[in-house]
Amino acid sequence: MTETVLRSSAEKRRFTIDMRALSPFIALVALIIAGALINPDFLTASNLLNVVTRSAFIAIIAVGATFVIAGGGLDLSVGSMAALTAGVMILTLNNLGGGDVGTLALGMLAAIALSAACGLANGLIVTFGRIEPFIVTLGTMGIYRSLVIWLAAGGTITMRNFELRELYRPVYFDSILGVPIPIIAFLVVAAIGALILYRTSFGRHVVALGSNEDVARYSGVPIWRVRTLTYIIQGICVGIAVLVYVPRLGSATPTTGLLWELQAITAVVIGGTALKGGIGRIWGTVVGAVILELVANIMVLSNFVSEFLVGAVQGAIIIIAMLVQRSVHRGR
Amino acid sequence: MKATVLKIAVAAGLMAGVATGAMAQQKNVTIGVSIPAATHGWTGGVVYHAQETAKQLEKGYPGLKVIVKTSPDGASQANALDDLTSQKVDALVVLPFNSDELTNPVREIKKRGTLITVVDRGLKDPSIQDIYVAGNNPEFGRVAGKYFVDNLKQGNVVVFRGIPTVIDEERVTNFEKALEGSGVKVIDKQYANWNRDDAFKVMQDFLSKHPKIDAVWASDDDMALGIMEAIRQAKREDIKFVLGGAGMKDMVKKVMDGDKMIPADVSYPPSMIATAMGVTAAHFYTNAPMRGTYVLNAQLITKDNAKEHYFPNSPF
Repeated sequence: MTETVLRSSAEKRRFTIDMRALSPFIALVALIIAGALINPDFLTASNLLNVVTRSAFIAIIAVGATFVIAGGGLDLSVGSMAALTAGVMILTLNNLGGGDVGTLALGMLAAIALSAACGLANGLIVTFGRIEPFIVTLGTMGIYRSLVIWLAAGGTITMRNFELRELYRPVYFDSILGVPIPIIAFLVVAAIGALILYRTSFGRHVVALGSNEDVARYSGVPIWRVRTLTYIIQGICVGIAVLVYVPRLGSATPTTGLLWELQAITAVVIGGTALKGGIGRIWGTVVGAVILELVANIMVLSNFVSEFLVGAVQGAIIIIAMLVQRSVHRGR
Repeated sequence: MKATVLKIAVAAGLMAGVATGAMAQQKNVTIGVSIPAATHGWTGGVVYHAQETAKQLEKGYPGLKVIVKTSPDGASQANALDDLTSQKVDALVVLPFNSDELTNPVREIKKRGTLITVVDRGLKDPSIQDIYVAGNNPEFGRVAGKYFVDNLKQGNVVVFRGIPTVIDEERVTNFEKALEGSGVKVIDKQYANWNRDDAFKVMQDFLSKHPKIDAVWASDDDMALGIMEAIRQAKREDIKFVLGGAGMKDMVKKVMDGDKMIPADVSYPPSMIATAMGVTAAHFYTNAPMRGTYVLNAQLITKDNAKEHYFPNSPF
């Protein structure tokens, strides 16, 4: 589709934007080729499905982070929020005690309600407290994390009802028409996110707010409401990610979701969203999350990277991937 | 139910206590206990055992007061130590967050003539401590390695490492040393940060990479649980067992129930804080010498002795 656009000089500006949106996909393809060269097992369907399924939590959370960051904000509390939500959800399920679908639905509802409330709290403090989101969410990061440690008494919160565990387990491990459910979940979340960000006035308000708050205010954008809503969307996304996370291991520990906030932010930036706000790319974000997980996977599958150097090589690959992206649209 | 070592220490203390009964009743002793807050499973166990032991010791020794303080990080532990000394403690039992930050604060307390018991992580200057109680990390690796040599005899093993630390290094080197000359071969090693989710991911990748794995050394119970889930998903039949470590109650329960995949576990008991408190209290109430270094064995937990290691009420 880009070839024809390339030849029409009148459309040149448009073309650069397209390339930018496309570059995460190019990095993804390059990584897949590299992975296949390093270890033939990399390209097996089961390995690729494992990796993409694993990236679901970060991808779903990162869709929410795209809204927050595109709107000029930042949320560092998502990892702790995920741990707290998972902990409360499991405790709710344990207290209800049943092994039926109704119990599960109530637990899920509790999870979404709590994560949305956590997001609302972040949003209200940022907007009405007029405090830098970095500080606000750093604070709530500590609060949510401590709450889950307190609930677990430092130990583990585990789903106690065996029947319920078996009923819920397929949500992470089963497939519909060969596609694992977590992948379907993040595609649906991304599609809805893209619809909201690109096709609604709210989405345009978010981007306007992120590119220039003053201009947005004078243009009549309801700044406070839009900003708070981005944090609520982030909260709901965390809740959805937890719904897919809990069936995997059926437990939450004080280390659940550790550093997820950094992974989510990295996925967003790899995907082409500007960290300073004003540009949001949902599909790029999803690809970014997959790239992060792929890099980790390639590291384990490779035979020549010592386990001591995995972190260094991972960091280098991410930086190189970004450089490749840059050169792709600078070269034109 | 307490760890055997503690039982002996307390029993020795009580016996001597009976002998010097009249004297003991007039004594007023305060022991301060400073430990990390429950930020992960193992320290959660430490907090639980410290609180339980405090109650038991106060019951067993008349006139004894035990104050347990938990701190979320090294700096606040230094502050907590200040608070404890202002309450005039006769002895301090401390499980330091890290050696560097806490050596000096503990030295200051020592200068007031307080008896110092250090647990698990040593201080920079070992001359500060009167009593030192620690788990045995090299032994932890050796016991695990020996289990593979004895039970697997030969085959391919994948190894999960924790967080890059001295503890992890000592465990893994000694594990590999124990395997030397046997038919058991380590075909892959990877860090999974003593974290369930990370272990799940790494195991999925190991399963894609290696067509035949005979057994897994998880080296930690949290990681073992993530590994089990990955094996179950892949429906692989080649893996004979997974050996964890630490003695988490869920895993000890599996050993007790005769789970085929979890035939054993290696202990690194958080209840070592209880041993330290028992020895410290005995120092004041008995005439037996207590100063010294106590290295707890890393025990192999099997179906036969699992009951001694099972604490259903502990969070860990």
